[in-house]
This record gives sequence, C-alpha cells and structure tokens, in this order.
Amino acid sequence: MKPPAFDYIAAGSLDEALTALAEGGEDAKVLAGGQSLIPLLSLRLAYPSLLVDVNRVDELSTIERTNGTLRIGSMVRHRTAERSKVIADAVPLITAVMPYIGHVAIRSRGTIGGSIAHADPAAELPAVALALDATINVRSAARGERSIAAADFFDGYFTTTIEPDEIVTSIDFPVAAPGTGVAVEEVARRHGDFAMVGAVAAVGPDGTARIALINVAEKPVRATEAEAAFATGASVDDVAAAATRDLDPSGDLHASPAYRKKVAGVCVKRALAKAREGAAK
Amino acid sequence: MNVELTVNGEARSAHDVEPRKTLADFLREDLGLTGTHLGCEHGVCGACTVIVDGDAVRSCLMLAVQANRAEIRTIEGLGTPDDMNPLQESMRDSHAFQCGFCTPGFMMQITALLEENPSPTEDEVRETLSGNICRCTGYESIINGVLKAVGA
Repeated sequence: MKPPAFDYIAAGSLDEALTALAEGGEDAKVLAGGQSLIPLLSLRLAYPSLLVDVNRVDELSTIERTNGTLRIGSMVRHRTAERSKVIADAVPLITAVMPYIGHVAIRSRGTIGGSIAHADPAAELPAVALALDATINVRSAARGERSIAAADFFDGYFTTTIEPDEIVTSIDFPVAAPGTGVAVEEVARRHGDFAMVGAVAAVGPDGTARIALINVAEKPVRATEAEAAFATGASVDDVAAAATRDLDPSGDLHASPAYRKKVAGVCVKRALAKAREGAAK
Repeated sequence: MNVELTVNGEARSAHDVEPRKTLADFLREDLGLTGTHLGCEHGVCGACTVIVDGDAVRSCLMLAVQANRAEIRTIEGLGTPDDMNPLQESMRDSHAFQCGFCTPGFMMQITALLEENPSPTEDEVRETLSGNICRCTGYESIINGVLKAVGA
C-alpha cells in the first residue's frame, strides 16, 4: 500500500503547472486534494510519470459572485465550500451536498475541481453541476481557456472531455433564484460511504425543478422528463416514475440493478418533497 | 526533496524525501513519531488522522513533500502519560478505547472538532467521528468520553 515512484513538481502558478503538464505528456497527472488520486496510487491502480501539484496555486482558490454567476475556483476545498456563506446564499444545493462528501478529514483536503474532474458517477458534485447547468472552465498552455457545459463534460466512468494537458480552473454555477428549495437524498451502507444511489433536487419559487441522479449509470444523469412532468404539476409519484423509467443501472455487490432503480425513484420522491417544502411559495 | 515543517511546535526538517512518501510514513519513519498509526493506508479507516494547519486530515492521503512549511500536530503533542490533557483524561475516565490502534486518529479528529466547536451536540460528535473506524468499542464509550470532556 505504498505509492509507486513518480516525478513531482509543486507548481507556484497556473502557468507553471500548465507548462509542466504539457511537457510531462500523457502520463503526467494533476494532483489537487489527492483524496481520490493518492488511494489510486497506494492501491497501484495508477502509475503517473509526473504529478503536477497545484495546491500552492493560490489563483485557483477564489470564490466570486458576479451578477448571476457564482465562480468557484477548482482548488477551493470542500471544507471551505461547506463553511462559505457566499456559496450558501448563491447556490444552496452545493452547501447541501457537502456533508455527503466523504468525511470531515477528507473534506479538509478534497477540492471542488478535483471532484468534478475525477468524475466518479457515485460522487455528488458532478450531479449538482449537471442539475444546475454549471459550466466547467479549463485551460491549457497550448490552447488557452475554454468552457464546457456540464452536460458535455461528463463522458463515462471516471472520464471527462478534458484533454490530458488541460487543468480545470473554475466552475461557474448559475445563482439560484431567491426562495429556491434544495435537497439531497442518498442511500449508503455506511454514513459517509459513496452512495449506492442518490438524487439531488432544486425547486425554484416558480415551481420548476432541477433533478439529477447519482450512481445509476456510468455518469450522473439529468432527469429531464421528470423535470418536465414536475413543471406541469404531476404528482411526486409520477415524477419519480418518469425519472427512473429509462434507467438501466448496473448491479454490484451492494445493490442489484432492480434495487438501484427502485431506490432511485424513492430518492427522487423524497428529494423533491423536501426541496418543494423548502421553496418559497 | 527537502521538507521543512513544524511538528507539535518544533521545527523539523529532512533531506532527500522521496515524493512518493506519504506524510504518515514520513512522520513515523523520518521523524520517529510512531504515535500516528496506519490502518488501511488508503484513506478509509481514519487511524492516521493528524492536524495540518488547523484542519484534521488523513496523513496517508497527503504526500510528505506537500507538508513543506506546514504546521502539523500529532498525538505526541497532546500530552504525556504523566501529564494528560483534559480530553485525554476524560477519554481515560470513560474507558473510551480498548486496543488503542485507532486512538491517535480519533484523538486528533476530536481535538480538531473541539477547537472549531467547543460544545458539540451528540449528533455533531457522531457525524464528525463517522470517518474513524474502531473495531473494539462499538463507539459508545468514545462518544461518551467526548461528551464528558465537553461537559454535556
């Protein structure tokens, strides 16, 4: 359980990190909070040739609210986000999912951008980004900055559409309308474990809902049909049925496909009920 | 690579530290601070929890070279058998731990919690300690020890 050997650069600036990453080639990886990458190294599931550590790149750790957008730097740690009043006011769904991400000591180091780039289908933040139509800003030394909609960002199991020489610099979340109710519902074997299944929901004061599902496919799933049904005033049962109708989840040691599909509907139902209760009437 | 850091208030340094060495192994092997225990070595059990710049972190999920210039606190910094701190006394009085393997991780996680929130509720204690695994006690005695320490 010891990481394999690798070269290491502690970048002092984003430019330095981008150059090192580009020169390092395809086996160079970015080290953010390390809460997923270091276990992968220790378990010898990953053998990067070079780790580019961005923990000392201060420009990636800002939280800014401008007009209708909340921009969270990729190196903002989960604990910082959890305690941030700016985030709680602007995008309460982010604050709501924080306690579900690992445990306190994991959140001390783990980062927003790291969770997004790792793209674990069982993770909460990718589902939140998808539900809220977030935009992921990435940069490379060769091609500069580009922005990717969350819907185009998550590509499959632990896979995204970013290139090997790109680094996630920030994530833009649309600021929620005042009076938006939010909820997270998960079923996990043990508290703090990755969810077997889960759902995040935001219900606006105008009666529209945003819903995304956790760990029911190889990437987070937006429940667009369910959102449409909710907007027309369908019952919560019908909305939950619409959210799970086309799901074809895989099974594992912890949950069979049928169980996962069934519980996904229950999570949607509970999340919507709770979010609606929290929304301004 | 060189690593210079403060551990339990004392300046420490080491040369030629391999980048792949975790902070946990560095504390134990290079600095001789074997109070920090390693259970799973991949961030699941919480036994290796230490305090880095004020926050509880898992020292098996951080590289030693990342701790350059950091301020670290470990179980060795809390007290001694002859001069325990109040939390240690109350954990002892509650028979909080049995075999002692998970103890350093729990103690550092609890220390970080009480510094941020000196009077946590039982739920807050349980929530915070949910990331630390103990195979002996069933947790009740640990929770009781923390609640005793905060006078709840």
